[in-house]
Amino acid sequence: MTSRTPREARDPLARKKARHTAPATRSRAMHAMSARAAQGRFVLQVCASCGTATYPPRDACPACWGELAWQDCQSGGEVLCETTIRTSTDLYFRDHLPWRVGKVALDAGPLALVHLHRDLTAGDRVQVRLLLDRGGNAAMFACPLPGDFDMSDPQLREFVVPVAGKTVLVSDARSAIGLAVVRALHDAGASLIVAGLAPPSRQSDRDHPVLRLAAVQPVQLDLTDQVSLSEALSKIGGPLDIVINTARHVRDGGVSIGGNIVEQRRAFEVAAIGLTRLAQGCGPMLAGRPHGAFVDLLSSDALTGSAHQAGFAAAEAARLSLLQAFRHEMRGAGVRILSVFTGPVEDEHHQSVPPPKVAPARIAAAIVEALQQGREQTCVGDVASDAMARWLADPALYTREKNL
Amino acid sequence: MSRPPAPYDGVAVCAPVTVPYARFSPESAHWWAGRALRQLAQATGLTARDIDGFCFASFSTAPDTAVGLTQHLGLSPRWLDHLPTGGASGVMALRRAARAVQCGDAEIVLCLAADTNHIDSFRHSLAGFSRFSQDAVYPYGFGGPNATFALITDAYMRAFDITREDFGKLCIAQRANAGSNPLALQRRPLTLEAYLAGRPIADPVHLYDCVMPCAGADAFIVTTPEIAAARGLAAASVLATIERHNAFPDDPVQLRGGWAMDIGRFWDAAGIGPSDVDTLQVYDDYPVIVAMQIEDLGFCQKGEVAQFIRRTRFDITGDLPLNTNGGQLSAGQAGAAGGFQNVTEGLRQIIRQPLGDQVPDAEIALISGFGLVNYDRGVCTGAAVLKALR
Repeated sequence: MTSRTPREARDPLARKKARHTAPATRSRAMHAMSARAAQGRFVLQVCASCGTATYPPRDACPACWGELAWQDCQSGGEVLCETTIRTSTDLYFRDHLPWRVGKVALDAGPLALVHLHRDLTAGDRVQVRLLLDRGGNAAMFACPLPGDFDMSDPQLREFVVPVAGKTVLVSDARSAIGLAVVRALHDAGASLIVAGLAPPSRQSDRDHPVLRLAAVQPVQLDLTDQVSLSEALSKIGGPLDIVINTARHVRDGGVSIGGNIVEQRRAFEVAAIGLTRLAQGCGPMLAGRPHGAFVDLLSSDALTGSAHQAGFAAAEAARLSLLQAFRHEMRGAGVRILSVFTGPVEDEHHQSVPPPKVAPARIAAAIVEALQQGREQTCVGDVASDAMARWLADPALYTREKNL
Repeated sequence: MSRPPAPYDGVAVCAPVTVPYARFSPESAHWWAGRALRQLAQATGLTARDIDGFCFASFSTAPDTAVGLTQHLGLSPRWLDHLPTGGASGVMALRRAARAVQCGDAEIVLCLAADTNHIDSFRHSLAGFSRFSQDAVYPYGFGGPNATFALITDAYMRAFDITREDFGKLCIAQRANAGSNPLALQRRPLTLEAYLAGRPIADPVHLYDCVMPCAGADAFIVTTPEIAAARGLAAASVLATIERHNAFPDDPVQLRGGWAMDIGRFWDAAGIGPSDVDTLQVYDDYPVIVAMQIEDLGFCQKGEVAQFIRRTRFDITGDLPLNTNGGQLSAGQAGAAGGFQNVTEGLRQIIRQPLGDQVPDAEIALISGFGLVNYDRGVCTGAAVLKALR
């Protein structure tokens, strides 16, 4: 990237733009669809008795009244008809008119009203993606077939978090993960990356090539210290679009055996209380932004606990719990809260853990991709993907297995 | 093949009432219902004691239903029905009330639709209209019915050789008909140039393709010919009716409505054909639905409506007088009352009590209803033929 998108300037005299979100009332069945869309899946309800796929979500099969179950389905389809909406009584859509919608015959069977990419018209083959709208609910978005299509469609941008041209805060930029994230954000075209470095300040930080990149602004930031956080945020002159919370405190140890109270407390201070501090400080800043997002990096051990890293896993579980509440709070402001789960990392904290381990650069790439795809929940690497699959399938069994 | 429906012997439809519509009203739907009853009483001398059947349609009485309305309005009916079917509710009220009277469950059935329209109430009623709409329609641009019918119109124009000028002719004829109706909200003549120049709302739907939501109430009475005669009320008989819901669910886009499923039986029961109809009152939230009804009710073959429109005059003195009060497109769409004005206007023309100009020699009116966009199409359809009792 040679020419970097300039940072957005803020007019100090202009009245702040009010942000609205897409209409949010949904049925319980639709929430079940959204929960799957959050994982990046394209699902429909399919009848257990007759195999009919149905949409919009129902509570009984319209063909035989059998039980419906969510299934991953083919996402291809064809546009039947289209319209460009030029008036709306809804405040969110009024801010984004004109808005294109169409009707698609899905290859899986049902018909769906879809958000229509600007390059599409009736008769076109499409790939329908199940994305979360600005209210956090699943929505069908018809895109041109995979390949090089125009990601700058303003409608599509409402469903994702563009990185180019944005100001991003990385809460812990000193760790191997943090450095990789800063590098990936730089490569993705972020216009300013505020890199948080916990004191004390070190010569090696000042000399690190990643932290010396032109778009990177190192700041002192310790999530366990309210004053440090406030000072760091005050140094971000201008709007803040994205926060990436890479802070974590990884230590081995059990509960009654090998448990270190000081380390456990530190893990909670960083992962749980730190998240709350960061959310309180950044939430209002993100709420005013057109594509505000907060990405939290979590251990997949947050799902079940871990006998070997009990304190760390407990702190990560607390963090996950706080994150769910934060997501709920930010939904009304249209700020996306993204969770990225990982297993053991190829870094200094997992020296004695056998592979598979995830390279920091891969975590960084997954974070950027989660933003650009608007995916609420991502698992990086085999360990986290396997953990999530097992946990979704049978949480009681997986919790037992994990702590044997 | 199931058995044919019994004829509607011993049934009379009379006493059409229209409370003058208002674009916005601070009053409640209950108030509008009350105005309709007051107007009915003044026109017919009927009292609450006389009314022993009550069929009610509305979108805006929440938390009340027809039950609440009985106590609110002092009615003690022995037969009660509540229709949530909007644009199809007039025909449905008529055919339910007709069977109730015919079978002796009630003698004088009040069919009433009333809706108010507060400022901003349209937005709220859209947001909570149906579960499928909440989940899968309104989050998609929140274009309301304009967007839904834009998609239908787009598909219809792709499937059949029909132009905006053809739709325009229907809207212009209805506006001309509204000219003599003092209660119509929009009476200024519409030209083709103005129609075509209307601002786009949801392509290809433009300004003059859209109804204007308003407040209002419509009512009529279904009773026996003897009672109508004894009270000196001009009345009409019912030749035939049909009703269908969720027809053709496998059609990818609604290019036909439920009428098409039952139209053969409908004309068989009526004993007449489309050419015998003196005036046509169809549901008209958008002109594409008018065109669809002209086809599906048998006035022309499917796909040939453009030619039919081009060769037919739809004004009050024309070949097929259409929506002679101006229809909803010119008179206004008063919620569920919008699904009643086809009945009240058709009835008025054949009992010679029009709001505006009289269709010459009108004896037979065809009334057609269409309602409730639950997801991507109107789900409820119905039709009835009325013939004047002389």
